Amino acid sequence: MDSERLGLNRNLAQMLKGGVIMDVTNAKEAAIAQESGAVAVMALERVPADIRNEGGVARMSDPKMIKEIQKAVSIPVMAKVRIGHIAEAQILEALGIDFIDESEVLTPADEMYHIDKSAFKVPFVCGARNLGEALRRIGEGASMIRTKGEAGTGNVVEAVRHMRTVMSEIRELSNKPKEELMTYAKENGAPYDLVVSVAENKKLPVVNFAAGGIATPADAALMMQLGSEGIFVGSGIFKSDHPLPRAKAIVKAAAYYDKPEILAEVSEGLGEAMKGIDIKTIAPEDQFAKRGW
Amino acid sequence: MAKDLQVGVLSLQGSVEEHRSMLGKIKNVKPIEVKSLTALESVNGIILPGGESTTISKLLIEFGLFEPLKQRIKQGLPVWGTCAGMILLAKDVIGENPHLGLMDITVRRNAYGRQINSFTVSENIPALSEQRIELPFIRAPWIENVGKDVEVLCSLNKHIVAAKERNMLVTSFHPELTDCLAVHQYFIEKMIRAVENNK
Repeated sequence: MDSERLGLNRNLAQMLKGGVIMDVTNAKEAAIAQESGAVAVMALERVPADIRNEGGVARMSDPKMIKEIQKAVSIPVMAKVRIGHIAEAQILEALGIDFIDESEVLTPADEMYHIDKSAFKVPFVCGARNLGEALRRIGEGASMIRTKGEAGTGNVVEAVRHMRTVMSEIRELSNKPKEELMTYAKENGAPYDLVVSVAENKKLPVVNFAAGGIATPADAALMMQLGSEGIFVGSGIFKSDHPLPRAKAIVKAAAYYDKPEILAEVSEGLGEAMKGIDIKTIAPEDQFAKRGW
Repeated sequence: MAKDLQVGVLSLQGSVEEHRSMLGKIKNVKPIEVKSLTALESVNGIILPGGESTTISKLLIEFGLFEPLKQRIKQGLPVWGTCAGMILLAKDVIGENPHLGLMDITVRRNAYGRQINSFTVSENIPALSEQRIELPFIRAPWIENVGKDVEVLCSLNKHIVAAKERNMLVTSFHPELTDCLAVHQYFIEKMIRAVENNK
């Protein structure tokens, strides 16, 4: 990826800001997502809640399904690949996917190395729990970052933890004198030039979204207030009682996250949200966020 | 001293911050976040940013801003649509229903293809600027046809990518993603200031 391509890919992420990206598993759900006002859809075979329940190896989706979704909507189509699975990423690039999510929600293909995203023309989004992890992924060529959260739980607590951590580490870094930055880079395993860039600009060089456990309009508004620039919703929509009204409400909440009276109005009468799981009941080895490094 | 111009950016979704930060660099201009009726009524001009046109259009309708915005533009409010903003303003959008339907242009969405086909190019657009300007096209639309009152400002390989009709300016590309203020300055000086001076 040359620097011009990298710029264009970061630019696409900027166009998604303030919007909601929804997990969909078929063309019909994709059409509902677009109808609700989603800025993009994420094509995957099973939503995270089902991956969690059913177990087994979770892989990239069938290209046939991805093509059907591409045909069904005019908004950008994203899809997930396993961490480190270079070939899955090549297949998605060949399909003309608009954004690849190298995702901890799928079963990792490589426990040592993430994909060299700079070798691709299409943009990548990656999950991060803290600033060091975000900068490692950006160093590998990611054009967009999202919190990992804990996907498929309908529980926002991990996304909050990850967003707060990244934002507070950015604030901390921007107060450091230059001579402390190399040590910061060493201790946090982050590329030095990116550490300098964050210290100077007081923000990540790419757009930062929230993901992993967002289930209600209030969850979306909370994440935006914490500094998120947009929202991924996975299981939260199609695992709820009434997907279309809930999807619409989350779109509205992302746009008007700072207007409580509007949040009150859109939160009304949506039916049951997905049931959700307390993170403490998930064994550490079963937590998606612990995948990748 | 010239009075500060209140220049709005429709702030529902998309490249809102980028436009506001560009406006903030121009003297005597106050960038205004527009996502309420009150804010819409207060502005001397408005930018419809890049983003997803389907999302922005739905939010305009849901929050009762669609008709008031349409009326203000009809009455002469200067407006500039970048990318998604161009789609919102067009009278015809190939393959789907138009949105505000105010400008006499026919637009093709995602005309250049998917993200892999996004590109940037440096061009001379004498109508907008004396210097060459950088034009990033992100899953961009182009204009296939224009009505008789529409002035074509820039074509690229036979496709129209910038045009103007009375108080309406549209660009397929995103000056807000570059360091060049020329198009923002053009919109403010030639389109907003011109109207204000005639009041």
